[in-house]
Amino acid sequence: MAHSYTPGLKVLGETLVEKARILPLKGKVLKEIGATCEPDDICCSTNLPGNVQMVNIANRLNVEAIEIPELMKKSEGDAVSKGDIIAESLGIFGFFKSQIHSPADGTIEAISSVTGQVVLREAPIPVEVDAYISGRIKEVIPEEGVIIETEAAMIQGIFGIGGESRGELVMLATNRDEELDPDFIKPEHKGKVIVGGSFVSIEAFRKAQSVGVKGIVVGGFDYNKLKDLLGYTLGVAITGTENLGVTMVVTEGFGKMHMAKRTFELLQQHEGDFASISGATQIRAGVIRPEIVIPLNKDMLRGNTKIKEVGSMEKGSLVRIIRAPYFGKIGTVQSLPPELTKMESETMVRVAIIRLSDDSDVLVPRANLEMVETD
Amino acid sequence: MGNKILKSILATDCGSTTTKAILIELTENGYRLTFRGEAPTTVEAPFEDVTKGVLNAVKEIEELSGRQLLEGDEILRPEKDSKTGVDIYVSTSSAGGGLQMMVAGVVKAMTGESAQRAALGAGSIVMDVLSSNDGRLPHQKIERIRQLRPDMILLSGGIDGGTINHVVELAEILAAANPKPRLGSSYKLPVIYAGNKDAADRIKERLGDITDLDIVDNIRPVLERENLTPSRDKIHDLFMEHVMAQAPGYKKLMAWTDAPIMPTPGAVGSLIEMIARRDKITVLGVDIGGATTDVFSVFKETFNRTVSANLGMSYSSTNVLSEAGIENVTRWVPIDLDDAEISNRIANKMIRPTTIPQSLDELIIEQAIAREALRLSFKQHKEFAVSLKGVQTERTISDAFEQSSTGETLVDLMELDLIVGSGGVLSHAPRRAQSARMMIDSFLPEGITQLAVDSIFMMPQLGVLANVENEEIQESAEIAALEVFEKDCLIHLGAVIAPIGKMREGRVALTIEFDIPEEGIVKKEVMPGEILLIPAPYVPIKTFIIPDKNLDVGSGKGIEVNATIYGGVNGITIDTRGRRPFILSTDNEKRVSDLKKWSASMNEYPEQ
Repeated sequence: MAHSYTPGLKVLGETLVEKARILPLKGKVLKEIGATCEPDDICCSTNLPGNVQMVNIANRLNVEAIEIPELMKKSEGDAVSKGDIIAESLGIFGFFKSQIHSPADGTIEAISSVTGQVVLREAPIPVEVDAYISGRIKEVIPEEGVIIETEAAMIQGIFGIGGESRGELVMLATNRDEELDPDFIKPEHKGKVIVGGSFVSIEAFRKAQSVGVKGIVVGGFDYNKLKDLLGYTLGVAITGTENLGVTMVVTEGFGKMHMAKRTFELLQQHEGDFASISGATQIRAGVIRPEIVIPLNKDMLRGNTKIKEVGSMEKGSLVRIIRAPYFGKIGTVQSLPPELTKMESETMVRVAIIRLSDDSDVLVPRANLEMVETD
Repeated sequence: MGNKILKSILATDCGSTTTKAILIELTENGYRLTFRGEAPTTVEAPFEDVTKGVLNAVKEIEELSGRQLLEGDEILRPEKDSKTGVDIYVSTSSAGGGLQMMVAGVVKAMTGESAQRAALGAGSIVMDVLSSNDGRLPHQKIERIRQLRPDMILLSGGIDGGTINHVVELAEILAAANPKPRLGSSYKLPVIYAGNKDAADRIKERLGDITDLDIVDNIRPVLERENLTPSRDKIHDLFMEHVMAQAPGYKKLMAWTDAPIMPTPGAVGSLIEMIARRDKITVLGVDIGGATTDVFSVFKETFNRTVSANLGMSYSSTNVLSEAGIENVTRWVPIDLDDAEISNRIANKMIRPTTIPQSLDELIIEQAIAREALRLSFKQHKEFAVSLKGVQTERTISDAFEQSSTGETLVDLMELDLIVGSGGVLSHAPRRAQSARMMIDSFLPEGITQLAVDSIFMMPQLGVLANVENEEIQESAEIAALEVFEKDCLIHLGAVIAPIGKMREGRVALTIEFDIPEEGIVKKEVMPGEILLIPAPYVPIKTFIIPDKNLDVGSGKGIEVNATIYGGVNGITIDTRGRRPFILSTDNEKRVSDLKKWSASMNEYPEQ
């Protein structure tokens, strides 16, 4: 039977979400298996090695590198404070000595008699990793971190900016094709995650920033305006480290785009609930999509958290068209003819015949379809 | 050696977006490409296993050919009969971001550049070049190394018997950064040392414990000579052992293949080098992919490869937009769409990289991006493909009149014989005229140049096939690769004739006489600002060109040229739009009408 693999974005009403909270370097894990956690709880912490300063003693004392060890006042492993004398020349008859002072607090890591350099390591930089979502500790990876699991509603966006954030969900658009107007954003939205419909303008984004909104979830954004927000042109879609105060999750794409019906309805259903969101996106190998995770409390559970395997596309599959001229439309696969078919662009491609909601059938390249995942 | 004759070969290329499979069979007419299949690459979630995409692409060949290639989830080998199994399976890969390296050399323009050339030649992306004189302070270098997390580092510096200090200093910086590999933290970062042999012990002292250090012959044993092969070979070995083994599903894929998996650009480059050497010609090859664009060239018998890591058709489409500027992209688009709309469409391609242009507008926008990606990549290539710097040359009094020096670009478009285009947007363009136009507009060839495209983008697979090292099958594999390359891979589009020099309005730029076999003499007078297409097949065509007095087609200003050129599936293109500089009209109406006129004369797009 004809089939095709096309991964789609997750829009799940109830699923088991697992989040690995891992340190960048080995350190201490502060939670135990089975413990519950809240988003702000610190799960693990470590110290990153401090910055390195290199001091060229040989050059500065105007001696050969090989002479350095005997001129050193400190040895490898010694702690030093800023201003301490770390090396001193022999001078002339014990006078006119030149001294080299430590440029920072730290530890002498290496002394090289080949290059005449001293490597000074500054104090370690502490790093803490919080839980990001509420849930249970499912697994502890000794010295590295934890895996947290929780039953949650989960929506993946297509593109985002800004890192992890969280807050109560507030619907500001009444329907999925409504634009997020700056006037909709009020001081009471401080600390919240607001949801728009098809589009957020830069003016609305700025308003959200000024009010102290935590996050925006919206169908579309103007690519050209990203530059105004970020201060640089975004060439490659690797995001998540932007420091804008507001995290944005775009669910559909660039331009004015109606938010997918299912996405909008799921968010509507959870208005007032607490959501953890992340704008981190990496559209490359090891793809990372932005996300909205809404942990479910006991009375919200239906006991249906099994994640369905992403199957192949086949007759009857529910799909979404992800490129012009039918961008955003949802339909069912009627057939998957195996032969190559000529498009308007004259590109020869494998196609699917899709029945749209108005009962019309359209021909779409299979590559321009994504599966709509349901649970 | 070479005692086994291969009857069937399956080869795949796992690209960052698409996995392409080809089936080569020994037929009555020698080795031929018989079937091909493709499927989205499955390195990413939810699959995270490259072999799934391979199996899907192979399944497609199975469906089309009726030949059983799979048994469960395994490739069936060797061939049992003409309908079951294949003799060997080989593959290239650029999925998972390809091979990402950082290189270091003492002097940026000397050993730094040699190290870069070795890494690029091996098929890697060079993330950064560290050198003692790159203007960065040690702590800035350290921060950069930590931040980048390369797959591998190539450290060079100093000629044999020369300076030790500087290269040891670089090693100290590496040691202080204590870099971690990009994929997985369970292994040490591979570092190759290819510098002054006298410093090898010191390097071992500094890096031996904290990295996986390999020491190979110096990349620049003397100033006048580069020795890139030992480093390139070592990079290939480590790519297999370390990097690929960490990517999802690659262990399985490596177990399936009958020869080591090569990085895609390494395989393409080796094939292009082979063609140039065999036919004694200058070649420019380009492979434009989703994330990166590779440019290969052989000028003055020197092979060069550059990779523009962030110039490509999907993942990098917005980066092309950002580097070229929206005005440079839209200048190729004769459609009335505002800049914001065009930017959004390009950005949507970036976030949904595997989609295909269904409408004509979308195709035209994609091809505009391709022109700019190619133009920018070629610009980078020209800047990199230079003669060795720092070489002492003895000069005589006669040299005083010839202003050549070291470090000059080797790329001379007037000298160029052949351009080979590869990559989805060129190989799969609905009309061959579109491929020809994209290459002409972006490379701006001069004089007489032949154009060709890789028909269905199979140079990577043929490249790895030509490099099979197993003695038993080596000869047969190389024969298969070259035969398929001749018969099925290259599609000759035809020559392009483009004069350089100042055009004189209202005067005939070129008068050309073609003697086309079975058709007779075709005479054309071409005015400035035109593109003209002369239908002619891929046969030798005697051509006599008389340029206007300021124009040069290879022999000098106003000097006639007698040459034998070839047509092709597209025909011979005469381009009198001018070079050095080539300018599109800034008047919008004139620009659009020019674009439409040129498209019409090349029969580039369907009429609307």
